[in-house]
Amino acid sequence: MNSQELLELKKTACKVRIQTIEGVYNAKSGHPGGSLSAADIMTYLYFKEMNIDPKNPKDPGRDRFVLSKGHCAPALYGTLALRGYFSTNEIKTLRHIGSKLQGHPDMKSTPGIDMSSGSLGQGISAACGMALAAKYDGSDYRVYAMLGDGECEEGQVWEAFMFASHYQLDNLCVIIDFNKLQIDGNVNDVAGLEPLDSKLEGFGFEVIQINGNDLEEIEAAFQKAKTIKGKPTAIIADTIKGKGVSYMEDQVGWHGKAPNTEEYRKAMDELNAQLNTLEAE
Amino acid sequence: MAEVKKIATRESFGLALCELAKDHPEIVVLDADLAAATKTEIFKKAYPERFFDCGIAEANMIGVAAGLASCGKVPFAATFAMFATGRAYEQIRNSVGYPHLNVKIAGSHAGITVGEDGATHQCCEDLALMRTIPGMVVLNPADHYEMTEAVKAAYEYNGPVYIRLGRLAIESFNDPDNYRFEIGKGITLKEGNDVTVIATGLVVNEALKAVKALEDKGINARLINMHTIKPIDKDIIIRAAKETGRIITVEEHNIIGGLGEAVCSVTSEYCPVRVDRIGIEDVYGHSGPAVGLLAEYGLDAAGLENRIRALVK
Repeated sequence: MNSQELLELKKTACKVRIQTIEGVYNAKSGHPGGSLSAADIMTYLYFKEMNIDPKNPKDPGRDRFVLSKGHCAPALYGTLALRGYFSTNEIKTLRHIGSKLQGHPDMKSTPGIDMSSGSLGQGISAACGMALAAKYDGSDYRVYAMLGDGECEEGQVWEAFMFASHYQLDNLCVIIDFNKLQIDGNVNDVAGLEPLDSKLEGFGFEVIQINGNDLEEIEAAFQKAKTIKGKPTAIIADTIKGKGVSYMEDQVGWHGKAPNTEEYRKAMDELNAQLNTLEAE
Repeated sequence: MAEVKKIATRESFGLALCELAKDHPEIVVLDADLAAATKTEIFKKAYPERFFDCGIAEANMIGVAAGLASCGKVPFAATFAMFATGRAYEQIRNSVGYPHLNVKIAGSHAGITVGEDGATHQCCEDLALMRTIPGMVVLNPADHYEMTEAVKAAYEYNGPVYIRLGRLAIESFNDPDNYRFEIGKGITLKEGNDVTVIATGLVVNEALKAVKALEDKGINARLINMHTIKPIDKDIIIRAAKETGRIITVEEHNIIGGLGEAVCSVTSEYCPVRVDRIGIEDVYGHSGPAVGLLAEYGLDAAGLENRIRALVK
């Protein structure tokens, strides 16, 4: 991508973060930390990488995205809204009665959601089924599944990884949002996950490690993933939980908590300042 | 007398899948290392490219089925009832039920007639677990012909379906020339006005023998084959309650949560009558030959005859 495209994506990622905070603040609940860590990757996928059409969200030939770490729906909703699947006006209804934006992704109520998710460990299996369906049909669509690092403590995740490797699902790209924090604390204090790279390699994956908040590294990783044949790819995306809002960064307390009005204003001021800086470039 | 050919409903399931798959390329089959037991191996031999073994990983298998269904496939995922509905309950609820995906789940070796494997494998809770999932259709066919038609009906229904399969080879009692299966419609196998027996699955034929024997002893029982546990056939239950005033349910399942309580929920709401529930009385099974276990738990024809007579007296 050229520098202009990169700049545009950076602005979009910033807008996704603004929508994330807007949603969680208005919901008075939700998960800002992991949403903010994943915002750059979601932005890249929906605005650059994936073959999708917001006007035809059920196109059988489209690429799929499964947010296996479904609690980070606020970032996904922000991304989908900005991409044109629905109006950004909907974001303020997040988690409200009657909203199409449920606390966790619901494929039946939200345009653009490819799989309902939220119970950790389950989305990755569905993504394997989608990738298998593409193989069965001889279709060339790709399937992207984003998992949390804490989520990898679920046994089902490793069942799915074995399956993906066994069926040589090279059309499946797993992204692990490695922000190193989960509800009870540091992932490696709660239930040691390391060494994640060699675990994934042992399960038959091509492993790519990147800074998951750097759009150029994100692009390089997804480009490489498309060239890998005969096995699935896992991108270990080193990220900062709460990225973009100073007081949320690397703070476990912001895993699943909404900002109060003062905190909301501070977050919005920071994000809008970042956006203004980018707009001025 | 000609020897009656016996066939287990798991085998009928495998054969029916194979037949159905001829015209429907979107049907794919998943198993969790039990293809020889669930009889999906019949399908595997005929359509190896449409069969996907998931290994001993039931939770993932259900998720894979959900993903396949979201892409327009019609997956039939089979394993033992215990591991499908027990181990993978939450996957069925959240990945299949909640998005109402077109996944068919086959739970084989259900009930105590697993036999020698014993309690860990004798699932007497599957109907209860599946009943609680919104939008889930729950089928428990009673013989070869009924299973054949149930598999077709499950395919034709757009949404999640649970089908219970048995291990034990059993006689067929339905007339294949006149048999008609409709999801949610019970079948009256014998008319009668003294009492209504409502049975489901593998023990329907035992109940049929029992009510026939009781007729000779002056008890004229109606017998309903309730092959669909959900949606339950309210009309046939209300009519039975009004016309016979009393119902006895028979199931190879815990009396908690299965057919018996499904019937009670209808009668208590629409036409309160006494309902007695015959089944597994909130205990675990144990090892032994299947036929011997049916007798031990009073679910064979002789046991049912005695129990029904004692209740009606």
